[in-house]
Amino acid sequence: MKNLAYISIGVLFGITMYKSEAASWFRIYEMFNFQAFHMYGIIGVAVVLGVLTIQIIKKYNIKTFFGVPIVLEDKDKSFKRYFWGGIIFGLGWALAGACPGPMFTLVGAGFYSLLIVIAFAMLGTYLYGVLKDKLPH
Amino acid sequence: MIDFILEPWAWYVSGFLIALVMFLLMMMGDRFGLSSNLRTLCTICGAGKKTDFFSFDWKSQKWNLLVMIGAVIGGFIGAHFLSNNTGVNISSDTIEQLQEIGINSSNTSYLPTEIFGLFTFKNILLLAVGGFMVGFGARYAGGCTSGHAISGLSNLQIPSLIAVIGFFIGGLFMIHVLFPFIF
Repeated sequence: MKNLAYISIGVLFGITMYKSEAASWFRIYEMFNFQAFHMYGIIGVAVVLGVLTIQIIKKYNIKTFFGVPIVLEDKDKSFKRYFWGGIIFGLGWALAGACPGPMFTLVGAGFYSLLIVIAFAMLGTYLYGVLKDKLPH
Repeated sequence: MIDFILEPWAWYVSGFLIALVMFLLMMMGDRFGLSSNLRTLCTICGAGKKTDFFSFDWKSQKWNLLVMIGAVIGGFIGAHFLSNNTGVNISSDTIEQLQEIGINSSNTSYLPTEIFGLFTFKNILLLAVGGFMVGFGARYAGGCTSGHAISGLSNLQIPSLIAVIGFFIGGLFMIHVLFPFIF
């Protein structure tokens, strides 16, 4: 039952990524050229509603479906890892036109060349794990 | 009504649904963030034997793998049942600019066939390098678009704001500085 809930949430996410065109290389290219409001609108609405949702959860101590309090941890304070990691991610995002959610959605949509992107994203993740202690965080 | 679904979805509908996905995952007791799955997949492939970063019980992340599998199914449903497949609705400025670099498929395809449909050495290299940087960068930054730009910003996290600024510096540098050398 719980498994089915996770899959259903994923299906909703996948359909939304596909139908919003946020999973399209073209939209990412357009966004980084500031030629349309579309992507900014999607992220903007999601964040504004997200901020409101989290404020309400915190104010009214909303519990999960299973009755456990929702506790949102703060991210570790630092600069280097977020800045440099973010830049490397951005370079890849603009080139491949897909981030870690949409790359899976696109395989489902029948674009099998994304399997190359996924394989190398795993390799990149692996190399990070190997080099982790040598990188500035 | 059917047309409304078959057409590309408006930004406000899409933004609302993304916020809903984040909310539902919090209500399940979990967090919205897709790039963690790449780490879990490395662990399933045996990366934990050599590297501590991957040595954890992957079953604790099974829920997120299920979300990922759902995202694949969602892509299938979106493409095969909820679309009339007439390309992507990007701006005319973007279409013109892409024509200058030899990409003409936005009216007929969801992804540029010039890059994703031809298995030339250059295209494979481009997808490999792009994917590699997405994977490496997401883990280095501790999250991707869903983890930082949506979840992190929603929780007013300064680290996520730094990461999102990084995403944009990288993306703008790629499109405006490096693309002229690539295409």
